[in-house]
Amino acid sequence: MSQQDAPTGPFLPVLDQPSTRRTALKAAGAALGLAAFGKAVSPLMVIPENVSVDEFLQQHYKEFTDADKKKVFARLETETKEDYGTDVTISDPKPIPGVRFGYAINLSKCNGNGACMEACNKENNHHRGVDQSYIRVLEMSKGSMDMENGTTNYDHTVPQDDKFYMPVQCQQCENPPCVSACPIEATWQEDDGIVVVDYNWCIGCRYCEAACPYHARRFNWEQPEIPADEVNPDQGYLSNRIRPQGVMEKCHFCLHRTREGRAPACQEACSTGARVFGDLNDPDSDINWVLKHKRVFVLKEELGTQPNFFYFFDS
Amino acid sequence: MSSITAQNQTPIEPADPVRSYPRFLWWGLGEATNGGLGFYVWMFVLTAISLVGANAWANQVADGMIVTNMTDHVSWGLYIANFTFCVGLAAGGVMMVIPAYLYDDEEMHKVVIIGEAVAVAAIVMCTLSVVVDLGRPDRFWHLIPFIGRVNWPVSMLTWDVIVLNGYLLINLHIVGYLLYMRYLGRKPNPKWYVPFVFLSIIWAISIHTVTAFLYCGLGGRPFWNTALLAPRFLASAFVSGPAFIILVMRILRITTGYAAPPGPARTLIQIIRVAMTINLVMLASELFTLFYTGGAHGASANYLFFGSHGHYGLVPWIWTAIVFNLVGTALFFMPAALERGNIRIVACVLCIVGIWIEKGMGLIIPGFIPSTLHEIVEYSPSLVEWKVTGGIWAFGFLLLTVLLKLIATVFAQEQSIAETERL
Ligand code: SF4
Ligand code: SF4
Repeated sequence: MSQQDAPTGPFLPVLDQPSTRRTALKAAGAALGLAAFGKAVSPLMVIPENVSVDEFLQQHYKEFTDADKKKVFARLETETKEDYGTDVTISDPKPIPGVRFGYAINLSKCNGNGACMEACNKENNHHRGVDQSYIRVLEMSKGSMDMENGTTNYDHTVPQDDKFYMPVQCQQCENPPCVSACPIEATWQEDDGIVVVDYNWCIGCRYCEAACPYHARRFNWEQPEIPADEVNPDQGYLSNRIRPQGVMEKCHFCLHRTREGRAPACQEACSTGARVFGDLNDPDSDINWVLKHKRVFVLKEELGTQPNFFYFFDS
Repeated sequence: MSSITAQNQTPIEPADPVRSYPRFLWWGLGEATNGGLGFYVWMFVLTAISLVGANAWANQVADGMIVTNMTDHVSWGLYIANFTFCVGLAAGGVMMVIPAYLYDDEEMHKVVIIGEAVAVAAIVMCTLSVVVDLGRPDRFWHLIPFIGRVNWPVSMLTWDVIVLNGYLLINLHIVGYLLYMRYLGRKPNPKWYVPFVFLSIIWAISIHTVTAFLYCGLGGRPFWNTALLAPRFLASAFVSGPAFIILVMRILRITTGYAAPPGPARTLIQIIRVAMTINLVMLASELFTLFYTGGAHGASANYLFFGSHGHYGLVPWIWTAIVFNLVGTALFFMPAALERGNIRIVACVLCIVGIWIEKGMGLIIPGFIPSTLHEIVEYSPSLVEWKVTGGIWAFGFLLLTVLLKLIATVFAQEQSIAETERL
């Protein structure tokens, strides 16, 4: 007997298993198991229904050529029309060179009426079922800055005498822990300081949501529902276009507005004048006036996130 | 007999072994699925549970993660809790490797492959636990280096994906190589596996350390943000891993009659005694800091142990874990635990359950409660989450059973060869 045959030699009689009844039974068992498995995972068939080949193969935003962009935006517009029944335009305004956005809130003026949350919900095509918004307004007890004494689900006339109100949204951190967390660079900081998400690249692991110290991120637990006549048709690829199910989203300072010189929706909606928005690099901007003349503070400064979002009181 | 002389002459013969490896696997699969009625019932039940889990997961993908009880406040739940435990199990499997190779414990050498099989099954469970937690599993390819776009070296999650897959490959190689050589009736060439064994020891420590870094690197979650987390993870892994292996050896003895030498289990119990004591000491010092200092750091611990603002969701969980861990440890310290008997089995079960809770429901969930804006939103897993997790465990056991059967067959065969040789 040659060496070549060694493995199949006499001491391994089992290698050529005769096709006994047991083998046949096993084959039948395997076939049954496979069939049952196919049945069990059959709900997955919605993936090929909902995710086209183009979408599946779509590259990261930063790898788009202009032609890619046109194609992808056109596809998304058609899909929105099919799913929501509205004609929308998806645009992609770029950061304005030299601009860095900052936001400040005057806590002496904010009265907790929540107009900003409502405006955010409409502007950004949020899921209507859960009154989603990127802003949470905390009702805080006077005499304490401890959020533990605050509540977000107050339900009475505002303002209450012994309370003050503190809206919190994405702080557009200079040093954002959410961006470091993401395993696939689906979220990043743009040149004007705005942290964005590519909703078509995100895999929905929610690590960024765990990393954010300001509860600024929202996950699409289900497909957002928005009545056709309420869809905001003016949409940005990295901002308020309708998000797919299973991905992360967050406040983007309404970049489809602010990069075109308009105010963010929450600021426009606020009647108290508590919200101050502008370019931190422009010495004459409102936001710089506040930074120069008021004593401002940021939330959780000790974490080193360096928010571009400030709070102050009138003296 | 010519084959046996061949074996002595050529320890490694590259071309042929490589070509027949798939045949070996095919043969192994056939052998591993042979068994008595009890075996088939066991496999059938496991398959059925796995399928229920697969179905629940498929529905979750179709309908959205809304079918889980996770929220924007508690954005990780049972899946990630279970993932953390399984990483520990995988890392703990290596606790047989260290005495076997570093201290040349002869008896341990014979059973070390069981630990590696447990590690392989546990890593597969880890991977599944992460996949079912993804909102968009269809985009899984984004995570593949060079094809997708990985955020390396900054993201700890990227690191985790890399080290977990690396660990799986290393262990598959070791188990596969050793078994294959035995199957061929050859002496394994140390060159081909000893370096990997040492690599796997370091790697085992790295998988659990990186997994701890995943949590403790987040400044916004004070409950996790402690340097003790990684050492605690390791200590508890070196309890749950060996405890699990002891259980597996017992089950093997009952079902196959294969009695491992008593030495290894004794060594493992010694390891558990030390590791569990260290774990409890670290837990105590952690609790002291949390409660004595108070403040934001204490808020989650307060909720976890005593409940706060009228919410008590995790209190029963954590006290169960504490009691189980303490009783289990006490049992391990009884002299009778060193003998074959039921005491060590009870102790193993108590410690495994205790650590599963301590590292999962008692660590991942309270990290989110209260939330970063100090809101308290409670969480308890939904039926879908239980089904999916049950499915993952069933699949893990299925895999482990097949691996162990394969190992047992190859070993039995080798014994019969040895007997033929003696004749
Ligand atoms: S507030 Fe949160 S989401 Fe916004 S940049 Fe900072 S860490 Fe990221
Ligand atoms: S949820 Fe999306 S954006 Fe967030 S870390 Fe995961 S992949 Fe990145």
